[in-house]
Amino acid sequence: MHIMYFTERPYRDVPEDEVIKNRSFFGVPNTFYDAQVGARLYNEYLDEDVYAEEVGFDAIMLNEHHGNPFCMGAVMNVEAAILARITKKARIVLLGNPLPVVKNPVRLAEELAEIDLISKGRLVPGWVRGAGSEQIFNQANPAYNREYFNEAHDLVIACWTKPGPFRWEGKHFNFRYVNPWALPYQKPRPPIWIPGVISAETVVWCAQHKYPYIGLGTALQSTVELWSLYQKTAADEGYVAGSENFGYLQQIHLADTEEEAQEQGRAALFGGGAANFSRPEHTLPPGYNSKEATRRLARQATDYGFLGITSEKLKEQREDVGSSKEKSDTRERLRKGQVSIEEAKRKIYANYQKAQDGLQIIIGTPKTVIPKLKLILEVLHPGVLGLFQAQGPLTTQQRMNSIRLMGQEVLPAVREIAKGLGIRDPFEREPGSRPYTHGTSYEAIVDLEALKRAPKRDESVRV
Amino acid sequence: MNLMYFTERPYRDVPEDEVIKNRAFFGVPNRFFDREAGSRLYNEYLDEMVYAEDVGFDSIMLNEHHGTPFCMGAVMNVEASILARITKRSRIVLLGNPLPTFKNPLRIAEELATIDCISHGRLVPGWVRGAGSEQIFNQANPAYNREMFNEAHDLILAAWTRPGPFRWEGKHFNYRYINPWVLPYQKPHPPIMIPGVLSPETVVWCAEHKYPYLGLGTALPATAELWNIYGDTAAKQGYQAGSENFGYLQHVVVAETEEKAEELGKAHLFGGGQGAFSRPEHTLPPGYNSREATRRLARTMTAGSGGFLGVSAEQLGRAKQEPKAEEGNLQKVADSTRRRLARGEATVEEAKAAIYKAYPKAVEGLQIIAGTPKTVIPKIRKILEVLRPGTFGFFASQGPVSFEDRMTSIRLLGQEVLPAVREISKELGLVDPFERKPGERPYTEGTKREQIISLEALRA
Amino acid sequence: MADWTEEITHVAGTDLAIIKGGTGKPLLILHEELGHPGWLSYHQALAKDRTLIIPIQPGFGKSPRVEIIRNFHELGLFYSWVLRDLDLAPIDVIGFSTGGWTAAEMAVANAKQFRKMVLVAPPGIKAPEGDIMDVFAVTIGTQLNATVYNADATPEFRKLYGGERTPEQFEAFEDARTETARIAWDPILHNPSLPYFLQGVKGLPTQLVWGKNDAVVPVSACGAYQTALKNTDVKASVFDDCGHRPEIEKPEAFLKLIREFLA
Repeated sequence: MHIMYFTERPYRDVPEDEVIKNRSFFGVPNTFYDAQVGARLYNEYLDEDVYAEEVGFDAIMLNEHHGNPFCMGAVMNVEAAILARITKKARIVLLGNPLPVVKNPVRLAEELAEIDLISKGRLVPGWVRGAGSEQIFNQANPAYNREYFNEAHDLVIACWTKPGPFRWEGKHFNFRYVNPWALPYQKPRPPIWIPGVISAETVVWCAQHKYPYIGLGTALQSTVELWSLYQKTAADEGYVAGSENFGYLQQIHLADTEEEAQEQGRAALFGGGAANFSRPEHTLPPGYNSKEATRRLARQATDYGFLGITSEKLKEQREDVGSSKEKSDTRERLRKGQVSIEEAKRKIYANYQKAQDGLQIIIGTPKTVIPKLKLILEVLHPGVLGLFQAQGPLTTQQRMNSIRLMGQEVLPAVREIAKGLGIRDPFEREPGSRPYTHGTSYEAIVDLEALKRAPKRDESVRV
Repeated sequence: MNLMYFTERPYRDVPEDEVIKNRAFFGVPNRFFDREAGSRLYNEYLDEMVYAEDVGFDSIMLNEHHGTPFCMGAVMNVEASILARITKRSRIVLLGNPLPTFKNPLRIAEELATIDCISHGRLVPGWVRGAGSEQIFNQANPAYNREMFNEAHDLILAAWTRPGPFRWEGKHFNYRYINPWVLPYQKPHPPIMIPGVLSPETVVWCAEHKYPYLGLGTALPATAELWNIYGDTAAKQGYQAGSENFGYLQHVVVAETEEKAEELGKAHLFGGGQGAFSRPEHTLPPGYNSREATRRLARTMTAGSGGFLGVSAEQLGRAKQEPKAEEGNLQKVADSTRRRLARGEATVEEAKAAIYKAYPKAVEGLQIIAGTPKTVIPKIRKILEVLRPGTFGFFASQGPVSFEDRMTSIRLLGQEVLPAVREISKELGLVDPFERKPGERPYTEGTKREQIISLEALRA
Repeated sequence: MADWTEEITHVAGTDLAIIKGGTGKPLLILHEELGHPGWLSYHQALAKDRTLIIPIQPGFGKSPRVEIIRNFHELGLFYSWVLRDLDLAPIDVIGFSTGGWTAAEMAVANAKQFRKMVLVAPPGIKAPEGDIMDVFAVTIGTQLNATVYNADATPEFRKLYGGERTPEQFEAFEDARTETARIAWDPILHNPSLPYFLQGVKGLPTQLVWGKNDAVVPVSACGAYQTALKNTDVKASVFDDCGHRPEIEKPEAFLKLIREFLA
């Protein structure tokens, strides 16, 4: 079992009213950014990472978002570089650089290679298409998003594995003299993991490339669907996908007593959480989704999305023009001035228990948290588990204490459970290394019986 | 006085014969890159920098070059990030990010701001147009080099200082929603320093922006000339330029004995040294230099002025008589050796011999300073007396010097040379840009502006 | 209702859907960035004595995308080829919004393919004052609402865009916005070279039409077009209390102006 510590590194000091007024985190004007606070927080988050390694995490996971107090990792490779030097054995997992926004993939290849070298081979790069807001922030044409992703991916891999100098003349990138003098430590190249939310195309692409797929806290039902699709694709490709091909990220917060945990855990709903990551117009810019994906998204009315990609957002995109029809959605009513910030806040936090019931957030002591994680592991059998320290204005002390409890009690329990379930991580068993013979059956990675025991998510609850 | 430790972080394990055969560092195929060596060297260089802070350097200087074993800082911001966390008080001076090569300058603004925050305000960003080879490596159109530099510069400053969200519609860059959620720690923005070689346009631009200008080991007469241009421009802008506006980078390596020092000094010529940075076709791609700059470059490269990054008259393709006539000038040697190699008129061994034969003249011309503290200090004094810079960078040896020897050099610098240099600076009244803000001293039109360099010391 | 037909023709290397209706001399109409709005009252009025030829831009409706068209300049080259293949030149043209930008690019390529040109609030030139709206970073609803000055006073707008949007409509708009983003994302809806090359347009009488309160392409761009087209006979009409759609916001005045100009 490979267990990662993750935090979005939120800018916790952003005034909640501003987020709610803005109806999302992305786009809150940066006049609210205080560099003194930023400096303190960046360093505290690095302290957390070092501590997490100390208490037994196998990896530190980072992610990248731009222009958004939800996450301070606009250039997460800065933090990754530091971790390469100040950690000793934890892997550094980047989920992920948004390839379409980077614009110079050769520089990215050099950068990641340097980090891998400095860390002596502990880097796990991961790449994403990037949320809609990243395209807008970085001026990356959403209509070419998937093409950029694919070509940049191929180019970075070529930088690492094809002897230079060589020329690259692609559709979106041209480089006349590729000969980087920084090549990764890991050979033939570092392992690559891909995080995802709801896109079937991404899952299929991962399976075709034998890249482990990390589900970002998606509802168990849809996660099961996606992972089954991965397994089927893997079979088509001639290999058996197992736990080594999958990972799962879970938002979580621990405290010493249940009362304290419940009191503190409310912070996860701060500002509306991930559902308020960005407004509809920034979440799904034109061309970002393929027509099919858009159609599918419209059908999946029940799933809550990570980064707030929801059918609801799509509906808002389709909002009526000049119509006086009442909308029940809080954000829409906020926009129209039909509801106050206070009331919007009340509605957000009213969902606290439901969000726990639906496992969107797991809040408690190790005693109450471990059984919930056990259920997730029983349903999904992920080889990689990411513990995502809850968002919101928790204090540094509360966060560090949560990490301590994770290390002392949760990690050992999870490792036991994983062993009992026969879970293997991608470093114990190479993803794609088990051949599949056409016509035979393969063991399903997901346990549909266990799924029956899992709670259903309330579709009206957004975190 | 701002004293900086600098190393190119060379990939010291590259086989010298390959560099010579290739007639330049840039372009040696990357199959010669070994991951163990790379991993070890990056970490050793970081160890050097931490040690340099320990022994008393005020700043650690980094630079950026792509696709060359001459310098492993392809993405120097990686090292800068690490330094932001593992050093405590030294400044982190980046000389410099080549702005035209980035393609996403907004990301660089975010990156540098993040580093400045993590370091609690110790970053000194610096920007360059980038050597010709950087344009080729990064597919940056050389004909737009200066325009892209200027616009990226303006964009980054805007991203740092103008409240977002706002739109940028420029000639080369467009962003519809600039609202970075990381801003620099230092307000209104970090102090900027600009390194340069021989371009008057750069110097004038710096003076107009009140950015300190750091001369990269250029010959003293040419450097003095350039700094006077800065001073004149500053006067036109209404301020008095002084030592706070200038810095100088000098190769210095120190050892316990002169013999050892000479060994380390010679290593600096490894592969042909700076003169072999890149071949002509990669050094000056079409459009990279303005026509005027090209003309001036051709003129100034005549009398032993020594090129940095191998930008020489030879590189310009001017036909010269056989260079045997002017041995000793590093650049000339490199150029002539390259030509003879290319024509098959010299073997690798002969080329190597010619390279190292130039050592005494390089020492004489102060391109290399290698010795015990006792012999090194007076040479530095000479430079300080002539140029009077407020920032002085110690450029560690290139070439296959051992880690131990490099650390010894840092120790001796810290223990003996830095204190002496600080004394000399005090004596000369040199002030650095953190003691006195560049551009804050008014100049009254019609009066005689202060001397920036010392012609007397130059002539001596 | 006058009859109109939609046919798919193979032309300029691709299949192109073309709507045709009316009687009389051919009149080319290039639709806007949200697609052909349907047969509106102004189409009906013009079709009385002109045969309207309305190509559906590649990537919209039934016209498949032509990947090699990477920007509006190349779209102009594409349509120039279409006119040659269909032997339609010289022809009168009315271009609405990005359709007007396209017509301008066609005029740059070969002004002789047009007899007279009407440009209705085209983007394509960066507005000297104000910004061209970044339609790609707003919802469809916001974009639509921004196109008219006073929705309540624009009955045809209500007819077109009022009420609950069907999934098919939503998809059609997304297709349109995707294709427009593909070829005009950066710079936002303009071509920095266009003002320079429009100076080369000669002998092409041109009528610019704008709404003073245009929130999508600021009215200052009208002046910029006028300046760029200085070497040909160009006139500008700016309507008060009017947004980005003079053709449905001020239908009578619009039609009168067009009829007189195209006579």
